[in-house]
Amino acid sequence: MSTPVAALVVDRLSVTLGGRAVLDGLSLTASPGRLTAVLGPNGAGKTTLIRCCTGLLRADTGAVTVLGRPAGSAEVAARVGLMPQSTGAWSGIRADELLHYLAGLYAHPHDVDTLVRRCGITSFARTPYRRLSGGQQQAVNLAGALIGRPELVFLDEPTAGMDPHARRATWALLDELRAAGVAIVLTTHAMDEAQTLADQVYIVDAGRVTVAGTVDELTAGDRTLEDVFLAHTHGAVR
Amino acid sequence: MSAPAPAALDLTPAPGSAPPTRRVLRHARTEAMLLARNGEQLVLALVIPLGLLVLGRIVGGSFGDLSVLAPSVLALAVWSSAFTSVAISTGFERRYGVLERLACTPLGRAGLLTGKALATAAVVFGQLLVIGSVAMALGWRPAITGLGFVLSVLTVLLAGIAFSGLALALSGRLRAEVTLALANVIYVVLLAGGALVLPLDRYPAMVQSVVGLLPTAALGEGLRAYAIGGAPLWPLLSLLVWSGLGLLAAWKGFRWTS
Repeated sequence: MSTPVAALVVDRLSVTLGGRAVLDGLSLTASPGRLTAVLGPNGAGKTTLIRCCTGLLRADTGAVTVLGRPAGSAEVAARVGLMPQSTGAWSGIRADELLHYLAGLYAHPHDVDTLVRRCGITSFARTPYRRLSGGQQQAVNLAGALIGRPELVFLDEPTAGMDPHARRATWALLDELRAAGVAIVLTTHAMDEAQTLADQVYIVDAGRVTVAGTVDELTAGDRTLEDVFLAHTHGAVR
Repeated sequence: MSAPAPAALDLTPAPGSAPPTRRVLRHARTEAMLLARNGEQLVLALVIPLGLLVLGRIVGGSFGDLSVLAPSVLALAVWSSAFTSVAISTGFERRYGVLERLACTPLGRAGLLTGKALATAAVVFGQLLVIGSVAMALGWRPAITGLGFVLSVLTVLLAGIAFSGLALALSGRLRAEVTLALANVIYVVLLAGGALVLPLDRYPAMVQSVVGLLPTAALGEGLRAYAIGGAPLWPLLSLLVWSGLGLLAAWKGFRWTS
């Protein structure tokens, strides 16, 4: 059986911002049909990693290959979906207006109405973005990341601010996405989320991977994922 | 009762970009729609310029002379949309992560900037049309020549590039709230002191040579001269230099993330 070609290869990536090493030789891979979770405390470099993968930041050293091309290549822009950690939308735009606008940038987008229903957006589809709750904004952002039918999606803390119902519905959607062959790279602070969803986990601290493996590998010997996380990372408050 | 089944969605990847023209036009249309919907932007774009026009007619005297007032107010409209509105809206787009998200779509950075430029141009065109029509309804009869018209169009175009470039440099470096405050302060300072609304020869002689170097002076003086049949080239040359400086500042200073 052949090994699937990696959708994302991050090779010894280092980035210095404002004189501080934010990424320090970080390496990881993500594959189609698998969910790769990147766990790390605040300031570990997760968002910087995603910005390098989408070509918004340039690495000082190392390389990022996205779907066989250098990160930021125009050729891969349509093949990648991004759900940024911050809001990611104009404050005055309505949810359905944003999704119709984003759909217009792609050749074969999802039907907006179907996506709106599937992501549970229907009841607030006509509400301006600034009036949505944090969880509702996350739902719209997730739909925005999926609208172009991507091969690879970056989800930066996708369920932050969601209530348990919305969170479980999002998990189910991510399961379907993985089953459809999409490569998913997800950053999260939620250990239960990583434990439930991830095929591969990378724990990142101070810009480098401190430990990696499947959930089963990392939690061998009756340890929880949180135990592993605490043992391999440093908190901001000590 | 069980929860309704989720809508069926085929999530199999099927990526592809829409044609470049469609992407850019879609973006321009969205930005123009959001600008038109924003009350503060409308005040800047139409209410203040039209208010000045009407006030000038009420006050009368040299301030109410439409041959000076009308082109001055048109210049103000270009200044408000191409500088203040672009700076404020882009500052908040950067802060809200809109730029970060869109730069990673097929629209890309070049498409985003092109779309933004088209949206700004559409708004400015609409402003000039409305304000020009109101001014003519109030009795303005510009004595513009064919050459003057061409020079006016080029002057507005170059001013738009210069102002937008400076606005992007400002909004790409500073926090959104600071950009908001500073853009409004600069708007008022150059409205009053930049020979935009008041002709350069009404300033004290000792500051005229300095004020005359400002891009707002080039725009105001140019439009006023072209509207009465003149065809000076210095406003165009000044704005050519300022548009180069504006683009350079934007190129060097703009950041896509906050």
